[in-house]
Amino acid sequence: MAPAPHGGRLVQIAQIEASPEKTKELSENLKVVISNETRVAIFNISNGILSPLSGFMSFNDYENVLDSMRLSDDTPWTIPLLLHVPEDFKAGTGDEITLVNQADGSPTAVVSFEESFSISKREYAKKVFGTEDEAHPGVAKIYSMSSKVVSGSIRAVSKFPLNATFERFTLTPKETRILFQEKGWKDIIAFQTRNAPHIGHEYVQKTALAFADGIFINPVLGKKKQGDFKDEAILSAYQALVSNYYPKNSVVLSVLHYEMQYAGPREAIMHAIMRKNFGCTHIAIGRDHAGVGNYYGPYAAHEIFKEFPDLGITALFFREFFYCNKCMGIANEKICPHPESERLTFSGTKLRKMFLSGERPPKEFMRPEVSEVILKMKDAFVE
Amino acid sequence: MAPQPPKYSTVSIPYTLHDRIEKMISKKTGFKSVSDYVTYVLREVVAMHESKEVPEPFTVKDVEEIKSRLKALGYL
Ligand SMILES: [Zn+2]
Repeated sequence: MAPAPHGGRLVQIAQIEASPEKTKELSENLKVVISNETRVAIFNISNGILSPLSGFMSFNDYENVLDSMRLSDDTPWTIPLLLHVPEDFKAGTGDEITLVNQADGSPTAVVSFEESFSISKREYAKKVFGTEDEAHPGVAKIYSMSSKVVSGSIRAVSKFPLNATFERFTLTPKETRILFQEKGWKDIIAFQTRNAPHIGHEYVQKTALAFADGIFINPVLGKKKQGDFKDEAILSAYQALVSNYYPKNSVVLSVLHYEMQYAGPREAIMHAIMRKNFGCTHIAIGRDHAGVGNYYGPYAAHEIFKEFPDLGITALFFREFFYCNKCMGIANEKICPHPESERLTFSGTKLRKMFLSGERPPKEFMRPEVSEVILKMKDAFVE
Repeated sequence: MAPQPPKYSTVSIPYTLHDRIEKMISKKTGFKSVSDYVTYVLREVVAMHESKEVPEPFTVKDVEEIKSRLKALGYL
């Protein structure tokens, strides 16, 4: 049986079809314009991906998450989820707030106001990202936000596809839980990724799969950094890999709409929580998971799991894989005694350079079918 | 602002157990104190009990509806 949802219940918020009457009714509420990132979070809350959260955090929860990496009811939770509002925003008990999509002005959700409070952005940066350096993308983002936030539960959500292109690859936790049950899977490994797969990724997945019933490959789609693979490239590359190199019925490939925070260890815990809600029993955690630059130790995300005996999903820790000439195959530090000079490491930067110059990576580096898909795309990288 | 409620509560355990834990964690277990150890173990045990009581979050009707979507999408 799949693990219980995080915090004991899978949150489900009704999605309401938009209609002119509804829009008129909602236009009478207080309004807050929200970014695409908040819109994505609302979508994830409404489907239970962020269970047990059913809205934006209260001061109590916020403070506990910063200081103890837990909600105020002791449930593990490592990154705050806040609704930032303009500094002069005012609301009172009983008010309903309509959250309006920045891109087209359409109503996205209704929040019942509970309280407003101010946060210290420096404290947030220091505790969540472990740095106050503005060169860190997560720090830069929080510094650009308003320090005033509002808490409240989400009462209703408009029915909207987040991204029509990927709708058929977007499954909800209810759907994956039923899918795993129908497949008869009991031990399910989650694999988080924001890259097109090279051989190193495939080895992590297959090593884990050898001890499980199935693997849930769950690429993150959404805003990326310059030079990252585009969403389309990641998905098509995985389709090529799975159809050519995985046994039938051993993989479920579905996407997660989510904006990376680059919070390293703290974010690794959030990645695990979301996959637990999808019904996974295990999650693969590799080198520098959810990291950026040199802000976190390469295996800091492995260490943090020791603080959560009650997480309800088991982390499987992987060292980096490489190709070793002497071993004549894929290996990692734990099984290969040979020097660096014999090893071909899988570097994303190296891969990108090859693709940008129209070069095909060697087959020890990336499966030809996967390279083919990427080479065929006009622009596989974010500019 | 109202004064913050205290973050920790005291639980009594026998001295004999306290000393036994203290002795054990002094041998490089990564725990800083008896309190840390007890908190860790209790969280583990409590979570195990809690998760046993949670039913699957869907009804028979949900299953039928979702199975047909999953079939249409090629997942089943
Ligand atoms: Zn070797």
